[in-house]
Amino acid sequence: MEHIRTPKVENVRLADRVTSKKAVVGTLYLTATHVIFVENGPDTRKETWILHSQISTIEKQATTATGCPLLIRCKNFQILQLIIPQERDCHDVYISLIRLARPVKYEELYCFSFNPKLDKEEREQGWMLVDLGEEYKRMGLPNDYWQLSDVNRDYRVCDSYPTELYVPKSATAHIILGSSKFRSRRRFPALSYYYKDNHASICRSSQPLSGFSARCLEDEQMLQAIRKANPGSDFIYVVDTRPKLNAMANRAAGKGYENEDNYSNIKFQFIGIENIHVMRNSLQKMLEVCELKSPSMSDFLWGLENSGWLRHIKAIMDAGIFIAKAVSEEGASVLVHCSDGWDRTAQVCSVASLLLDPHYRTLKGFMVLIEKDWISFGHKFNHRYGILDGDPKEISPVIDQFIECVWQLMERFPCAFEFNERFLIHIQHHIYSCQFGNFLCNSQKERQELQIQERTYSLWAHLWKNRADYLNPLFRADHSQTQGILHLPTTPCNSMYKFWNGMYNRFEKGMQPRQSVTEYLMAVKEETQQLEEELEALEERLEKIQKVQLNHTKVKSKQNEPSKHSGFSTSDNSTANTPQDYSGNMKSFPSRSPSQGDEDSALILTQDNLKSSDPDLSANSDQESGVEDLSCRSPSGGEHAPSEDSGKDRDSDEAVFLTA
Amino acid sequence: MEFSELIRTGRAQAELLRGPEAPPLRGTLCVTSHHLLLSPGTEASPDLWLLLLRSVDSIEKRVAGDSGTITLRCKDLRVLQLDIEGVEATLDIARSIEGLRLGDAWHFHPPERYYQRVARETNAWRLSEVNEDFSLCPSYPRALIVPRSVDDHALARSAGFRQGGRFPVLSYHHAPNGTALLRSSQPLTGPQKRRCAEDEELLRAVLVGARPGARGFIIDTRSAQAAKQARMTGGGTEAKAAYPGWKRLHRPLERGRPLQESFVRLVEACGDLEQSMDRWLSRLEGCRWLEHVKEALSTACLAAQGMEREGACILVHGAEGTDSTLLVTSLAQLILDPLSRTMDGFQELVEREWIQAGHPFQLRCAHSAFSHARPKHEAPTFLLFLDCVWQLGRQFPLSLEFGEGLLLALFEHAYASPFGSFLCNSEKERGLCEVRTRTHSLWSGLNQPKEQRKLRNPLYALNPLAIWPSVEPQSLRLWQGLFLRWTRPPEPSETAWEKVWQIVTDSEKTEGSA
Repeated sequence: MEHIRTPKVENVRLADRVTSKKAVVGTLYLTATHVIFVENGPDTRKETWILHSQISTIEKQATTATGCPLLIRCKNFQILQLIIPQERDCHDVYISLIRLARPVKYEELYCFSFNPKLDKEEREQGWMLVDLGEEYKRMGLPNDYWQLSDVNRDYRVCDSYPTELYVPKSATAHIILGSSKFRSRRRFPALSYYYKDNHASICRSSQPLSGFSARCLEDEQMLQAIRKANPGSDFIYVVDTRPKLNAMANRAAGKGYENEDNYSNIKFQFIGIENIHVMRNSLQKMLEVCELKSPSMSDFLWGLENSGWLRHIKAIMDAGIFIAKAVSEEGASVLVHCSDGWDRTAQVCSVASLLLDPHYRTLKGFMVLIEKDWISFGHKFNHRYGILDGDPKEISPVIDQFIECVWQLMERFPCAFEFNERFLIHIQHHIYSCQFGNFLCNSQKERQELQIQERTYSLWAHLWKNRADYLNPLFRADHSQTQGILHLPTTPCNSMYKFWNGMYNRFEKGMQPRQSVTEYLMAVKEETQQLEEELEALEERLEKIQKVQLNHTKVKSKQNEPSKHSGFSTSDNSTANTPQDYSGNMKSFPSRSPSQGDEDSALILTQDNLKSSDPDLSANSDQESGVEDLSCRSPSGGEHAPSEDSGKDRDSDEAVFLTA
Repeated sequence: MEFSELIRTGRAQAELLRGPEAPPLRGTLCVTSHHLLLSPGTEASPDLWLLLLRSVDSIEKRVAGDSGTITLRCKDLRVLQLDIEGVEATLDIARSIEGLRLGDAWHFHPPERYYQRVARETNAWRLSEVNEDFSLCPSYPRALIVPRSVDDHALARSAGFRQGGRFPVLSYHHAPNGTALLRSSQPLTGPQKRRCAEDEELLRAVLVGARPGARGFIIDTRSAQAAKQARMTGGGTEAKAAYPGWKRLHRPLERGRPLQESFVRLVEACGDLEQSMDRWLSRLEGCRWLEHVKEALSTACLAAQGMEREGACILVHGAEGTDSTLLVTSLAQLILDPLSRTMDGFQELVEREWIQAGHPFQLRCAHSAFSHARPKHEAPTFLLFLDCVWQLGRQFPLSLEFGEGLLLALFEHAYASPFGSFLCNSEKERGLCEVRTRTHSLWSGLNQPKEQRKLRNPLYALNPLAIWPSVEPQSLRLWQGLFLRWTRPPEPSETAWEKVWQIVTDSEKTEGSA
């Protein structure tokens, strides 16, 4: 690769930012796709792999006597502090990474070189896993009120919309075209979700080009058509997710919001979610708080509040709740928009759908939801997540916020979701990783031109294949909680919104719970299932034997199997865990700091043995470090599915790595 | 009275006759708190034979020669005969069964019981009954564990030198490296910087008993300044020169009225449903509750770390030694001692380190957060302890045998209870009020089988290691199960708990049948 100035630097130290543990020494490699740090340890050659596309910022800090520190912040919230002995090397690494982290064309991205060793057919099947056509059928469409429109064939009307869209039957092409001309970027009202229980729907669009007084007959007819498509209600809600002030300011630019006097039977509502710039700054502020070194409780809580992050999360959630209630309780259809209708609108529509429809709370359904409200409706993944080098002001954690909303709901309804926290974390990771083609580009049209489906693999297939890792053992498909709408209390419950430690501090192992209930229960379930299978097999055998009428059956030999509860009853070393520095700044234990004693280093070793990074995603390792791979201890014996992929990835990376 | 007290003899050789049809069983007979066990020798018979002592309706014993016979008539109309080798053994077993089968004994865990464990681990400590009549220290129990080499006379002198007579006593012996955790109240050095030779000797003996050259840390739960100021009122802190080998650390913990106010403010904030999200976190911060949780846990970790990592002995005290001192010693044990993380062990810990150690429950829990009465002695120290335990459980969800249910129950019962366990301020008062004869024990109430599903953690698996929690603010959470208990819908978390139980019991069932 022409951008790599130096492929290898030795004697680099990787500092541990949180604990006072000593930095580990190792070798730094730069490859076409990854930054790799390999520890020098005598038997534990722990590796840390960072994808270039995950790198958010690189900061060269003031040179000290020990070397030149380089701080790498990643989009998945990992932070690496490397200390490179030679200033010159550091500079080379810095310059190389600056370039590598900001690809200028799609072909440079990892997904075009990533090869999970699937054949063509498997790849194609992977792309078919999530089928929006099927999804609209599941909703009960088409029906007497809604039809599939081909008005956007070849992206003729709106280049950021998909080609296949559902619109009210009574909306003629003329109406749609007229309406599209009256909407920002021609994003006319189209169906996002249809609630078949009462015919109410959620539609989405961009803002109208109303200015101070402009009207558009077709747009008014379009909204009327949406209302008529729901015979149960004589009005529709129009929800503008922006703060009123922002919407009013837009009028000066010839945009704005619907005037209730011009549209018949609409109820207009502002929600007040801030724009992408506010959100970007908010995340920045929150991450600064996460980065504080041993903050006091006050520092943390003040910092978190000042970042406004949880307030924004709540605003998005409140909007979703409002719409879900309008649809389910009032039976009214809702048209949602913001400015362009691809950020806040996507957040709010998908939160509302998730609350309304248990299908979206399953593994498959959740993928469909992201495919529908985000990918197909032209959420600008490329701009928002800085995939190609571009305007930094376009970057904003829009889908991150949606993912967090889902996590907040999972915390409140532990049995309502088929998937677990890890599923969300991995999706977040892959939105930035560019290992799969799903989240490239800014629209369906661009993806088609780039032939994403022919040239890259689908994340959904990858997640689906490993679905065993993503299941929530507490999910109760049978329970009332999971059947219908998720009922949130009407009172504002601020205290319910929690800081998501598992996401924003997920690489700070010491801060995470040291044992995982999910892992444990999954292992228990797996063992139970295996025993049941064994039991069945034995019973079958018993029957056969009885038929044959043998005198002595030794079927019960299995009974006293020593492996009883082998997996879990002794969790022995699984929780090996070192104390952090509790003494603070006090020189309390002067003789030796906790990291120097013999026994301590032994313990530190055990912790480091747990691999904490991984080329792909540090998939399992990152979750399990506290509890050493419970899943591997189930009687199924050792190797467990998830490591497979990372193994494969490693292979392919290895190749790149060697050629580099 | 403790069940195990009633067990006179551990085991004996016996033959069990179960009626004319069943073959006799020979083996080792064993009495536990609730069961009679017969474990056959190496012979063919497969299983342990088990009888619930409560099911015994009547018992009859006969002795002849050097063996005896016990006849048990059970509530389910069975009649069992036990032929036991040895007269003494027969009589002891009969008496044990007699005592235990009634099962209504006041269930509690006296220091004697903990001493039995310590005595198995080391010879450095003894049980002293110097406080038999509560004259030395009204807030201590009758029996206390002290260094073997220190006699009762010296203890009395040391008691005179400590506020309220709370001389240093053993709180926990860390068997893996022989270090000890002690607690006391502040020394009465006063402005003249008085010293007490016996008190100094006592602490020296602790170090000698641990191992030659052992060092110690005194964790004072007050700030250095507050400790200094205490001298003006006759209190103070250990002078460095007087206690060689001991080093003093100050970790100020909140106590008394500020702690109560923190609790009141937090409950108010949690109950305020009109509050906007903009100010929620700063309001939470303003309550300072989570900060107190963080400080309490950090200090306990410091004590535990000193023992486990530095091989040092630790003495904890603040002023009176009945509040933040107990918070630190009990949490440190939970971190270090796997036994204290079991259902029984935790109950014993609460009994020993809070109830018998003289935490003044009556005063501290007279009013909770809603009372308009002017707080006098109220302070939610015990609640703070429970919150810290909950945080530990959240970070180590498989390492505590009990669940949130037990912590909630303890919180409730500490403030208002149909049981007598949390009554009064000290053992002395409980004796005067005849609590043990006139009320029931909370522990027997909680240990009813029907309560178990609520209280137990089905995920528990013994974790023999120390559990070091993270005390970073990101890792500590508001205990919603308690503070939002009545404002949030309970169903989702209850459903989750049921599901956890279901998964675990399913697995056990399958294993049983496989």
